[in-house]
Amino acid sequence: MQDPCQLVRKSFGDPVAEDLRFVVKSVVGEENFVDMTPNKSNNFCCGGGGGYLQSGYPEARRQYGKTKLEQILATKADYCITPCHNCHAQIHDLSDHFEAGYHTVHLWTLICLSLGILGPNEREYLGDDLKEVDVFHPESSNF
Amino acid sequence: MAEEAIKLGGKKKSFFIDKVKELIPDGGNLNLCLTCGACSSGCPATGLEDMDPRKFLRMAALGLDDEITSTPWVWMCSMCQRCIYVCPMKIDIPQLVFYARQSWPREKRPKGIVGSCDMALRNDTCSAMGASEEDFKFVVEDVLEEYQEAQPEFKDMQAPINKEGAEFFLNQNSREPVTEPDEMVPLWKILHLVGADWTYSTKGWAAENYCMFMADEENWKHIVEVKKKAVEDLGCKVWLNTE
Ligand code: SF4
Ligand code: SF4
Repeated sequence: MQDPCQLVRKSFGDPVAEDLRFVVKSVVGEENFVDMTPNKSNNFCCGGGGGYLQSGYPEARRQYGKTKLEQILATKADYCITPCHNCHAQIHDLSDHFEAGYHTVHLWTLICLSLGILGPNEREYLGDDLKEVDVFHPESSNF
Repeated sequence: MAEEAIKLGGKKKSFFIDKVKELIPDGGNLNLCLTCGACSSGCPATGLEDMDPRKFLRMAALGLDDEITSTPWVWMCSMCQRCIYVCPMKIDIPQLVFYARQSWPREKRPKGIVGSCDMALRNDTCSAMGASEEDFKFVVEDVLEEYQEAQPEFKDMQAPINKEGAEFFLNQNSREPVTEPDEMVPLWKILHLVGADWTYSTKGWAAENYCMFMADEENWKHIVEVKKKAVEDLGCKVWLNTE
């Protein structure tokens, strides 16, 4: 999971990072959660903040993001959870661009999946391994 | 590492770093640097444009104002503040970066950021993607109705707009209503299940604020004020900004 700089380091500090971990572990199961190092208030920014995504320096942005990419790859996790929009856009782009193979999901997607209330059209960011799992009202699919 | 020796500037009356020190609390500790390098070693922007946070600060301290105020590196620092977090002297390098951004003529700043800021100033939604009050209301109501029908367990779910006295005022990033509205639904479901008393607002609903990133203080303030007024007009207790 990416600790959003804005939420964690710049606003509420380690306690909110602990809260996030409590939620994530409850949702995915303790044994399926792998932390990056460093993390919480000491995390590395993904490179999506500060206006980077709109700044017109995509090469610099991706070079910056390599620090985060390597951290994610070191966990060998299949999914990176991004509880912030900028992080989601940047980490998703890093996986795409460098063909890293991991998926990037919003926290709300996983919470609803774990509650069994995630419909067929709310799964844009899930990988093939989870796309068909426990679909809520599969008949309501747009496709 | 720098390839050429850095030449110091000539005599100048007032240096950029001194102006910045006057503007920020405790002068941002900008003159307390121990040159330990902790900032640079953990900064993902180190090496871009042959720059890093320690070098940027040292150059500012040496009065190399032309370099400081012209390097595009200031747009490659994400202002993530990790350097402050690890710095033994808590030196506020990103604030220096912020004012260096501000020193760029408006027309030279990154077009994408300027455009997003300008777009947000067009109407009171503050949407950097230009979505209007009507657009937002239409999308939210349309999506809600669709889900109430398709998933009957959620037929009572609400996505209130302009609900006076709601406990939580919720902002929404423009990306969802504009490009992927289905992504709003999981959040609504969670709020519904926990029984949260929340509302969107037609005014000031957009979470993003690019005027801040372009270091445009006047318009940044304007956008925050529009949103703050929207929260106050509805009498909400907590303002939740998802960004
Ligand atoms: S971490 Fe702080 S003291 Fe060390 S070089 Fe950077 S700014 Fe200077
Ligand atoms: S705020 Fe800027 S200089 Fe400081 S660590 Fe982050 S990217 Fe580097």
